[in-house]
Amino acid sequence: MRRVVITGAGTINPLGTDVASTFEAFREGRCGIGPLDIKDVDRLSIQIGGQIKGYEEASHFNRQQLALYDRFTQFALLAARQAISQSGLTFSGDLADRSGVVLGTSGGGLTTQDENYRAVYEEGKNRVHPFIVPRLMNNAAASHVSIEWNLRGPTFTVATACASSNHAMGQAFNMVRSGMSKVMITGGSEAMLCFGGIKAWEGLRVMSKDACRPFSATRNGMVQGEGAAVYVFEDYEHAVARGADILCEVAGFAMSSDASDIVTPSKQGAARAIAGAVNDAGVALDSVGYINAHGTGTAANDKTECAAVADVFGHHADHLMMSSTKSMHGHLIGGTGAVELLACIMALKDRVIAPTIGYEESDPECAMDVVPNEARDAKVDVVLSNAFAFGGLNAVIALRNLN
Amino acid sequence: MSIKEQVIAIIAEQAMLEPSDVKMEHTLADLGIDSLGLVESIFAIEESFDITVPFNANDPTESDFDISSIASIVDAVDKLKTEQSS
Repeated sequence: MRRVVITGAGTINPLGTDVASTFEAFREGRCGIGPLDIKDVDRLSIQIGGQIKGYEEASHFNRQQLALYDRFTQFALLAARQAISQSGLTFSGDLADRSGVVLGTSGGGLTTQDENYRAVYEEGKNRVHPFIVPRLMNNAAASHVSIEWNLRGPTFTVATACASSNHAMGQAFNMVRSGMSKVMITGGSEAMLCFGGIKAWEGLRVMSKDACRPFSATRNGMVQGEGAAVYVFEDYEHAVARGADILCEVAGFAMSSDASDIVTPSKQGAARAIAGAVNDAGVALDSVGYINAHGTGTAANDKTECAAVADVFGHHADHLMMSSTKSMHGHLIGGTGAVELLACIMALKDRVIAPTIGYEESDPECAMDVVPNEARDAKVDVVLSNAFAFGGLNAVIALRNLN
Repeated sequence: MSIKEQVIAIIAEQAMLEPSDVKMEHTLADLGIDSLGLVESIFAIEESFDITVPFNANDPTESDFDISSIASIVDAVDKLKTEQSS
């Protein structure tokens, strides 16, 4: 098996329009959640979200591109440009044929669907723009990244709700690890902050009207966000041979299915994925220093996640840090694992642990060091990123410093 | 604006050209408009003139709507508008 490293990272999310500004926000414990600025927000009972403010699509893409790029595709392309530029890679010949794209998304072009259902049902229009289908399809973002960068190898989209990005990155990891691909562009993107996208979540009654406060006894639900993060996963020897800057190593990945309930999380399912990732990385349990939690801020997730971590790590659970950055950027659904992997990279590279902000009161069912409210300097060698989706699908990634 | 001017404005925007650069004898290919651009142009024509253009992307040349040149498109739109008002 081949070793896999990350040689590029890019993002646009409610905290920043690149990796550096996102790290700065993590360090400062800044909150990117605020009042939503969308059509018909007055008809929503949930009126907050992690929205990317001040975003002007026309400053990044021309008119013909915009006719084909839903907002989730735009975010993916912007993040991919940063990541691939940082990696210094260009794709031609055999490398292009063996490099591909795996991105996660849950809603895909949901904004396009929302706008066009509005046009035909609400406004009674009988004609829609010819590019609705290529714009709304879930694989649009992956395909456009492939087109823009001449990536001609395996390219597809993974949709497993809130675990989409982690599942996508897990596939990319294993494809490079097995030797199938030299380089995979991977991560995820989501742009669900439209009327229908929020209205559907409202129906579940799991959303907070004021803030996302993971692990706090006062937590009252999740808050949606939007954005993307994209990475360059590269064969270690390939990266070394070309003198690339390596951010960290992707050490392990595991996934599991609860096979129990369509929405209620299971401690056992989560624990099997967490333990699986540590085992796959071939490291000792007590080498794990930080976990970026799924930490949605719902009653059910946070206590189940803490119980799963306690089960897997035993006494070591008292010595590791686990924070939820969703408190800052919201829940990016299918893009969330990708943006959250940034906090893992920051922990390894910059030795700063992103905090769980909005933390007010300890909850005995979440009795862990959640790095409350303020970032912390700490040296960690192995980190995990958890994602647990509706449908009972769990995916956990392990990263480590390259030594 | 006349039908001709409106059609030229739509085609020019699609081709990212000035309207003065679009000549009546041009074909869409001359202007760099590909199959997706053609479908988008048809859509813009339907929206602008409130007409339904009989066009099937599977076989563009066999449609009743003649797209062989800018002049033929203007004529075809003119005909559809006339039929609509009669």
